[in-house]
Amino acid sequence: MQNLDEIREGALAQVEGAAGLDALEAARVALLGKKGSISGLMKTLGGMSPEERKEAGQAFNRLKTEVADAIDARKGALAEAALEARLMEERVDVTLPTRPDEPGFVHPVSQTMDEVIAILGEMGFLVAEGPNIEDDWHNFTALNIPPEHPARQEHDTLYLPGEHDGERKVLRTHTSPVQIRTMQKHPEPPIRIIAPGRTYRCDYDATHSPMFHQVEGLVVDKDSHFGHLKGCLIEFCRAFFDVDDLPVRFRPSYFPFTEPSAEVDIGCTREGGQFRIGHGDDWLEVLGCGMVNPRVLENCGIDPTEYQGFAFGLGVERLAMLKYGIPDLRTFYESDLRWLRHYGFSALDVPNMVGGIV
Amino acid sequence: MKFTLSWLRDHLETECSLTEICDALTMIGLEVDGVEDRAKGLEGFVVGHVLEAERHPDADKLQLCTVDVGGGETFRVVCGAPNARAGLKGVFAREGQYVPGIDFTLKKAKIRGVESCGMLLSEREMGLSDEHAGIVELPDNAAIGAKAVDIMGLGDPIIEIAITPNRGDCLGVRGVARDLASAGFGTLKPLDTAPVEGGFASPKTVHLGFDADAGDACPYFVGRMIKGVKNGPSPKWMQDRLTAIGLRPISALVDITNYVTYDLCRPLHVFDADKVTGDVHVRLAKEGETLLALDGKEYELDAGMTVIADEAKAEALAGVMGGEESGCTESTTTVFLETAYFDPVRTATTGRKLNLQSDARYRFERGVDPAFLMDATEIATKLIQNLCGGEASEVVVAGAEPDWRRTIAFRPDRVRTLAGVEVTKEKCVEILETLGFQVTDRGETLDTVAPSWRYDIVGEACLVEEVIRLLGYDKVPAVPFTRPANLPEPALTPEIRRRSLARRALAGRGLVEAVTYSFLPAAQAELFGGGGEELKLVNPISSDLDVMRPSLLPNLIAAAGRNADRGFKDAALFEVGPQFAGDAPEDQAMVAGGIRSGRTGHRNWAEAPRAVDVFDAKADALAVLAALGGPVDKLQVTAEAPDYYHPGRSGSLRLGPKNLLATFGEIHPRVLDAMGVAGPVTAFEVFVDHLPQPKKGKKGAARPHLTLSAFQPVERDFAFVVDAGIAADAVIRAARNADKGLISEVRVFDQFEGGKLAEEGKKSLAINVVLQPVEATLTDSDIEAVADKVVKGVEKATGGSLRG
Repeated sequence: MQNLDEIREGALAQVEGAAGLDALEAARVALLGKKGSISGLMKTLGGMSPEERKEAGQAFNRLKTEVADAIDARKGALAEAALEARLMEERVDVTLPTRPDEPGFVHPVSQTMDEVIAILGEMGFLVAEGPNIEDDWHNFTALNIPPEHPARQEHDTLYLPGEHDGERKVLRTHTSPVQIRTMQKHPEPPIRIIAPGRTYRCDYDATHSPMFHQVEGLVVDKDSHFGHLKGCLIEFCRAFFDVDDLPVRFRPSYFPFTEPSAEVDIGCTREGGQFRIGHGDDWLEVLGCGMVNPRVLENCGIDPTEYQGFAFGLGVERLAMLKYGIPDLRTFYESDLRWLRHYGFSALDVPNMVGGIV
Repeated sequence: MKFTLSWLRDHLETECSLTEICDALTMIGLEVDGVEDRAKGLEGFVVGHVLEAERHPDADKLQLCTVDVGGGETFRVVCGAPNARAGLKGVFAREGQYVPGIDFTLKKAKIRGVESCGMLLSEREMGLSDEHAGIVELPDNAAIGAKAVDIMGLGDPIIEIAITPNRGDCLGVRGVARDLASAGFGTLKPLDTAPVEGGFASPKTVHLGFDADAGDACPYFVGRMIKGVKNGPSPKWMQDRLTAIGLRPISALVDITNYVTYDLCRPLHVFDADKVTGDVHVRLAKEGETLLALDGKEYELDAGMTVIADEAKAEALAGVMGGEESGCTESTTTVFLETAYFDPVRTATTGRKLNLQSDARYRFERGVDPAFLMDATEIATKLIQNLCGGEASEVVVAGAEPDWRRTIAFRPDRVRTLAGVEVTKEKCVEILETLGFQVTDRGETLDTVAPSWRYDIVGEACLVEEVIRLLGYDKVPAVPFTRPANLPEPALTPEIRRRSLARRALAGRGLVEAVTYSFLPAAQAELFGGGGEELKLVNPISSDLDVMRPSLLPNLIAAAGRNADRGFKDAALFEVGPQFAGDAPEDQAMVAGGIRSGRTGHRNWAEAPRAVDVFDAKADALAVLAALGGPVDKLQVTAEAPDYYHPGRSGSLRLGPKNLLATFGEIHPRVLDAMGVAGPVTAFEVFVDHLPQPKKGKKGAARPHLTLSAFQPVERDFAFVVDAGIAADAVIRAARNADKGLISEVRVFDQFEGGKLAEEGKKSLAINVVLQPVEATLTDSDIEAVADKVVKGVEKATGGSLRG
């Protein structure tokens, strides 16, 4: 069977030597095809004796299987190599930048408002709204600021030419008129609302903008007192600034629509020229508040002998500036894309207390 | 309100340090705005005595001064000041000291060849003022070598406090001291109010000439004549204090009125009696009457204003400002002193109408003490006599002290129920009495009468505030503010929730949120259909911000223009906010609007950016509506849009013919031209509140039942030739309606308008129709049947034909 061994080696070498799929196919046809050499061997069986035929038949079949397996194996290896080669071919420079896909941003005023709403919403406050163009009565008189009151002069009001029921139209100087509209609409307390929105003053310099944003808060029920006001706002400040032990200080102040009135400071430090909110040697005013003046309740048809409550107002830009280190108020409204991208927030970053206000 | 520490100590006996006083002021509601220590950085400068002064050998205008600075030291200083002379005492800075006004540390230097050691300083060099005509001249009796700041009265820190509108009583140093004393930070020193004996009857009397309905204008007037006065400069101590708080010393008589205003919160006026004809008449002004006031301006008065007049004409505007003609001058020898009570509201109205602010008005409109007229007159008389000499007349009184006493019932328990802190009745009484209240115990309640200077105390809540103010707000325990239910109600209204979704959807699409003013220039408002009279601000901050915006777009387009000017040409900006069609609440609409300008992105290796177009805007508008849960597939798209859009590249999205949900398109080139912004700019406006709120049905939040087919969808393409004017939407609808059960989607994949078709006024639209079998796989004949329906449907609806 010397001959057969040579044939096998020759066949296997032919298979192994096939450089590509085409050569391999040619080898297959040459070996196993109808006119192939191994097929040819099979044809010689007819001329053999039964014993020889049996033995040679088995040997030929083994050879055939062996060669067929070798062809399959070679086919696999060649396919693998071809894929490798293609992949190498397809190699790109992954350091190339991606296709342009500019992300959008949410303005810090919106984000800050959403944060304030998320915290106070958790305390059971519902959001209420009112018009930007108000009238004298809602913006001032109902809030216990009669026409010649010095507090009214301090408001630097922007006026419109029209009137409503003999009351001058104004751009609201604070979101407090929403208190009035809410109480008029719901003269049956309990009331627990916050009113975020745009406010306007006739004032423009480094620290004043003719338009800015406030969030007003109002609670009216039978027993909420100054201690609750303190509890509410201390918790708010600590949650908003994400400082658990943030010092919060209340000191007497004056607003015509609250009595007693207070301004609220939070602790801060400027040690080493670095401003930081938290424990420190200094205080920073963040909001105004007080117990609702009985006259305001009366003006809205709520009996002040039965009901009481508190109100507060905070400046959204101020909170944003403090929390996010934004140095200049005027830049909020300039719509400079570089600023908006730098101080803006991701669309998916929706503030809520479950995820945490950070 | 400013004062110096020593001035406060004139009224307050206290052991407290400056810091303690400032902390106390803030915590009783008199917030300290700042403390200015003028001596800071100047402590090292000493009194130097110029022993000799001789001409510099090489310079006409320089002198060589030998300066004795005490301790046996003398220095030779080269000095250019014209007033440098032997015998002068000046402020000496030695070598190595920092001179703040010139931002320079002194070194030994040769000036024109002569060595100069140190410097004699001007006020400007000390950083005190702009005065640089000469060096500072200290009094002859100043001790050589003493600290110059002490001699100059600069060692007295200036405290500035913010006075809230209710605390008019603290617009004088004494009021501040009184409040500090009440709060336990010292003892109020008594005022010397001993009467000055009148030497003669005042030849002038005072007449209050008011009708019954105007009697409140000036119910009480105390006057006095002082003759034989000599008006000159006021003494240094008074000048120092006035200068410290920012007032300019004028003459003794004028300075005294200013001083008493700030010291005792008691505005006064002194007339030159020789210039007042006959008696003094306090009356309402005559319509059109004029007055030349002390500020040098002439004011035209009306019948609502109160004046102090003589027999001939108005001489002063009551409670606001004196008149120039009857004012005191250096030659004044006889004065008539006015101490009066003027009505706050009338004073405020007058000042506002005339746009005239003054220290007097500021105090009268906040309410001055109606019971402090006689004492103030005596104090002022003594000051005038001490400073200017003269003989005082008897006091002239017109009217009477107005009744300021108001009894307010106070339940001490309200401190617990309103302020949330337990304070005994006794403690309440103690606090109120310290503040000057009269308190009568009626058992459950206290009858209280506020002191005459506390104009602001009007009700029980004010008394609660006074009690906790003096107790300290920090003594009120904070109580957790719990919500009424275990879980909070949703805080957002559906409208606000929508705006929030719109905002986040747009930011998610790569637009950047801007917040722009609600007002804009009238010219821009007009370009966008606004600019109506009722929305023009009466007193705009500037002519660029004078009209309420009729649309969000102009501000965003202007912002894109500004960004382009900075080199950032491709902007994608949006805003969610109000626009105004009128001045009524219902005229305010909430809009989510945005713009894209320039190209879709920057140049890059992978794909070419293209110019933004109307379909970017349409996609943005649809994305907002989809985010809000709007029925995007039921919207009608029409080619109508406001005229600030490109007439051929803009449209509207409607839900039914009347409900406009959004407009979109490219901005009209003429509008961009007028705004000076380079195109293209595309824009959209979504009227978020126009989208109907989902009805809360029986199903609640449940979605409709979903049936998923087990069979593969089949796609077929068709191309139609239609008239060029046929809307693609009509073809899509016709195809979809051909078999609503089977056709799940119709997409336009090609549009061709050129060549021969264009000449015939036609275009070709190619659509891809997706068939979704529901019950069985479609056979060829099923598909043929549907295709036939599609062709017939489109042909019928559009008059077009299948492209051969």
